[in-house]
Amino acid sequence: MSLLASLIHVVCALLLAPLLPGIINRVKAWYAGRRGPPLLQAYYDLWKLLHKGAVYSKTTTWLFVAGPIVGLACSGLAILIVPLGGVPGLVAFPGDFILLAYVLGLSRFFTILAALDTGSSFEGMGASREAFYAALAEPAMLLGLAAMTVQAHSLSLSNVYAAVTWGAMTTSAGPALLLVAAALLIVFLAENARIPVDDPNTHLELTMIHEVMVLDHSGPDLAMIEYGAMLKLWVLGTLLVGILVPVRSGFLGVDLIVGLGGMLVLAGLVGVVESTIARLRLVRVPQFLVAASVLSILAIVLVMR
Amino acid sequence: MNPWLDSVLVLLILTNLYLLGSSRISACIQSVAMQAVLLGLILLLAQPEGLGPRLLLLAAAGTIIKAGILPWLLRRAAREVGAQTEVEPLVGFTTSLLLGLVLLGAALHVAGRLRLPGQERSSLLVAVALFTTMVGLLLIVSRRKALMQTLGYLAMENGIYAFGLAFAVDEPLLVEMGVLLDVFVAVFVMGIAIHHISREFDHIDTDRLSALKD
Repeated sequence: MSLLASLIHVVCALLLAPLLPGIINRVKAWYAGRRGPPLLQAYYDLWKLLHKGAVYSKTTTWLFVAGPIVGLACSGLAILIVPLGGVPGLVAFPGDFILLAYVLGLSRFFTILAALDTGSSFEGMGASREAFYAALAEPAMLLGLAAMTVQAHSLSLSNVYAAVTWGAMTTSAGPALLLVAAALLIVFLAENARIPVDDPNTHLELTMIHEVMVLDHSGPDLAMIEYGAMLKLWVLGTLLVGILVPVRSGFLGVDLIVGLGGMLVLAGLVGVVESTIARLRLVRVPQFLVAASVLSILAIVLVMR
Repeated sequence: MNPWLDSVLVLLILTNLYLLGSSRISACIQSVAMQAVLLGLILLLAQPEGLGPRLLLLAAAGTIIKAGILPWLLRRAAREVGAQTEVEPLVGFTTSLLLGLVLLGAALHVAGRLRLPGQERSSLLVAVALFTTMVGLLLIVSRRKALMQTLGYLAMENGIYAFGLAFAVDEPLLVEMGVLLDVFVAVFVMGIAIHHISREFDHIDTDRLSALKD
């Protein structure tokens, strides 16, 4: 039963992940008074890119081709690990949250290598920023998850998230869990190149971080990168929704539907954040990310007290 | 363990960290005012034997003075001086945040070892009170602008007030009132002094006062 629910979550994640950017863009368009692109625009884009050919520069090596493939594989692996609220991950074992961090790190590493492989100084700049910000965001995520493992007395993400019940939220663990949620929200926005950290719309500006690294990719490679990014949005989103929607009804079907609804609401929330908050200056971003780590450490202090 | 009290205490910790990490003076004034409101809530929440009209009155008075009048005075001073941001603190904002964490750990450690008479309302309350006091001290020594130092002084007073709340609430309230009056007068004097300094010297950076020669 639990295996079936996990399987359904993985299938839903693979199918629905491109819907999240669609919702975000629709909310942003609604805020700006426009109609905006169709909800399914990301699906159309992926379909279009898959039917194009890829162009490879003569200076690139196999690393440039491997980047998108490894990136997509890592995102897919991460989907198998994460639980969605009470629905356990398909692969669950003690310490899997560390694997999750490393899988995301490996994906980033190959994206950076592919960007450096092009020999473009512009992409090198983007890669440098990505590495810098990721190095600050990763401790925030790991420390936040560590606080939750201490609270749940378990090292497996699925058990940890199963322990985040409404009852736990209203006892002394509540403040700590909310702090972790705040830290994970910052990590979620930073890792997915969302607005206070990076602006996904500025395709050719010097301030952009993530988009600049994939400038030279085209066709199916670009489709793989985009799809991988959507899956990553889903992965980090589930970590957040698992805390913010502490519905553990005991029926996995109900939990699954509530969790999926939570993901769609989260996408809407990201749209609101992007419409109402300005992007931080580049020099302020590290402080923002350090604040996330501080929140995580505070959560650890509270649960270990 | 009262979850509401704990939530308010966590919010108090967050306002302290915000004070350490923010450069905008108006935001810091708001943060200190927020601390006063939270302290009023703590006074009400930390009562196991129920609320009386006297407590409500005291909470209201403290909140109005520290969250209403003092911030108003400080805002006026900031406007007249033209000070908007702390530009170059002696200790950077990120460093201050990390130092704040160290202070929090120290406060928790000390609060855990401290043997205090009387029953405590919450084990976290003493730690948070110590932490708030230390953050106030850190602000006083690490910022250049006199206004930020005044805010540090206010945060320190908030910490002392919280420390008083951790124990008997009824008896030392007279002392508390005395402290409040002191702070009120002190901020009043500081506001006037800041105003005069700025009129004479065009800035309120305190570290340049040492360059004055007669």
